[in-house]
Amino acid sequence: MARHIVGAVDEIPPGGRKLVEADGKKIVVFNLGGEFFALLDRCPHQGSALSGGILCGLTLSDEPGRYHFSRAGEMLRCPWHNWEFDIRTGKSWFDPRRTKVRAFPAHVETGAALASDPRRAQAQGGDVADQTEPATPSMSVDGIAVEGPYRAETFPVKIEADYVVVEV
Amino acid sequence: MNIIRPIAAPGRPAAATLGLVDCDIHPRCADLGEYRPFMTDAMWHRLTTYGIHARHGFHKGYPFPKAAPLASRRDAWGPQGQPPASDLGFVQKQFLDHYGLDVGVLNPLQPSGQGDVSDDLSVALAHAVNEWQLAHWVDHDARLRASIVVPYEDAAASAAEIRKRAGDARFCQVLLMSRTSEPLGRKRYWPIYEAAAEVGLPIGIHAFGFSGNAMTNGGWPSFYVEEVQEHATSAQAQVASFVVEGVFERFPALKILMIECGFGWMPSLGWRLDNNWKRLRDEVPHLKRAPSEYMREHVYVSTQPIEEPAKGEHLLDAMEWIGWDRILYASDYPHWDFDDPRIAIPSFIPLEKRAAIFGGNARGFYRL
Repeated sequence: MARHIVGAVDEIPPGGRKLVEADGKKIVVFNLGGEFFALLDRCPHQGSALSGGILCGLTLSDEPGRYHFSRAGEMLRCPWHNWEFDIRTGKSWFDPRRTKVRAFPAHVETGAALASDPRRAQAQGGDVADQTEPATPSMSVDGIAVEGPYRAETFPVKIEADYVVVEV
Repeated sequence: MNIIRPIAAPGRPAAATLGLVDCDIHPRCADLGEYRPFMTDAMWHRLTTYGIHARHGFHKGYPFPKAAPLASRRDAWGPQGQPPASDLGFVQKQFLDHYGLDVGVLNPLQPSGQGDVSDDLSVALAHAVNEWQLAHWVDHDARLRASIVVPYEDAAASAAEIRKRAGDARFCQVLLMSRTSEPLGRKRYWPIYEAAAEVGLPIGIHAFGFSGNAMTNGGWPSFYVEEVQEHATSAQAQVASFVVEGVFERFPALKILMIECGFGWMPSLGWRLDNNWKRLRDEVPHLKRAPSEYMREHVYVSTQPIEEPAKGEHLLDAMEWIGWDRILYASDYPHWDFDDPRIAIPSFIPLEKRAAIFGGNARGFYRL
C-alpha cells in the first residue's frame, strides 16, 4: 500500500473535500472536524462521481413518529440516486454488509516526518471544483526522493506544515 | 435509421448494436420567455399575470417536493449555472455525446400546460411547447425528436394539435401523463387516439401529472417515496382502462408506451384481468380476446427506473411476460433517478435482447 500526499491540511477545511487521483484511482478526501477520510469517487450502484454529492446527517427512528437526527455532515449522498454512505466507513446505510464504497486510510503527517521518511510518498493534484476534467495524475515531490520522468518538476513544500496522506 | 459511428462514445454500451435510443429526456425552458414567440399576446398576458393552475388544490410548487433540486441529478447544472437540460450545448456534452445516443425523445414536463384547469391556457401552452421543442432543440440536433404535447383534458383541441403535426417526422409520439382526471380509456379521450392513429403516431404516457383526484384510492399518502411508488398503481389503472374500454378494439393499430412507470406489475395485471374476464366477460362483450392479449400486443414499457430485484431471474421473468420486443431503454435525463445505460440494463440479459432494448425495439415503436 503506497502513501500519497493529498495536500496541506489547510487545503481541505472542516466540511470540505478534495478530489485527487492516486494509483490511477479517483479518490475523494473529506475533512470531518479535523479527521480525514477517503473514499473511491465512484458509486457502487451506477458509477456516478460521489464527489458531486451533498453531505447530510443520519436520520433514524425508534418508532414511527419519533425521529432522531445525528452525525451532521457525516453521510454522503450520491448525486444521482441519493444512496447514503457513511464517510467514516464507506458503507451504505441500507445494506452496509454488501453495498459499500471502497474506503482508504487517511491521516495527517507532518512535513518533517514525510521528508525524512525513507518510504516513498507521492503528492496529488486535482480539484473537486472541476470534475469534468480528470484529476491530475500523481506526481513526485521535490524533496522526497523519487526517481522518474517527473523529476524536473518541483513543488514548493514547506516541511513544517501538516499534510493529509492517503494510503492506496 | 442508419447507424454510423466513427468515434466511440465513452458511455455507449457495447451491446447497443441496433442503435441507442432514449425514449425519456426532459428538456426544460431556462425562462418562460422562451415560449413567448409561440403564444398570442392574450395567452402570454394570462400566463404571466395569473400563472398556471394545476388540477390540484391548495399547492404552490410540487405537492410532493422532490428529493433533489428540480428533481435533477446534482451534476446536471450547466457551467454557467444553467438549469438542468435547459442548454443544448451542455446536454450534448454531458449526455448525448457522452453516451453516443443515436436518437433521444423529448418529453417536456413542467410547465407544459398539460392538465391545466384552464382549457384555453392548456391548449395555448401545449402548442407553444411543441413549437419550442422544434425551435430550441430538434432543429439544432438531428438526434432529437419531439413529442406532441397535447392538452389532453380537451380531446378535441388535442386532436387538432396532433393533426397540425401530421407528416412532420420531427415528432415521434403523442405525449400524455399518467394522472388524468378520468381513466384514459374513457370515450371522452378517444378523439386523441383517433387522431394519433390517423397520423400514424404512438402514444407515450409518462408518469406524473395532476388529476384533481387523490393519487391513491385511500387519499393522499404522507411521503414522496409513496408518491413515486404510486406510479405503478396509476399505470395499471390506465392500462386496464385502455384494454377494458375497448380502445384497442376500436383503434387496432394504436400502440402505447408506459414511460417511467416501472413494469414489474405488468404480469400480475394481466393475470388478474384475464381471471376476471373469464368470469365477467359478458359485461364487456366488446373484448374479443383475453385482456392480456391486448396488453402484449399494444402496450410497451420503458426501463427507467428499472426494477432491481435481488434475483436477476425475476427481472427476466417479468420481461419475458411483457415481451422482449416491447421494452425500450429510457434514461430520464436529467432527473435524479437517471439510469446510466451501461449499468442499468444488466449484463445477465442476453446480448441480443439488450440490443433490442437499447435500440431495436424503439426503432420499431417510433418507426425510426
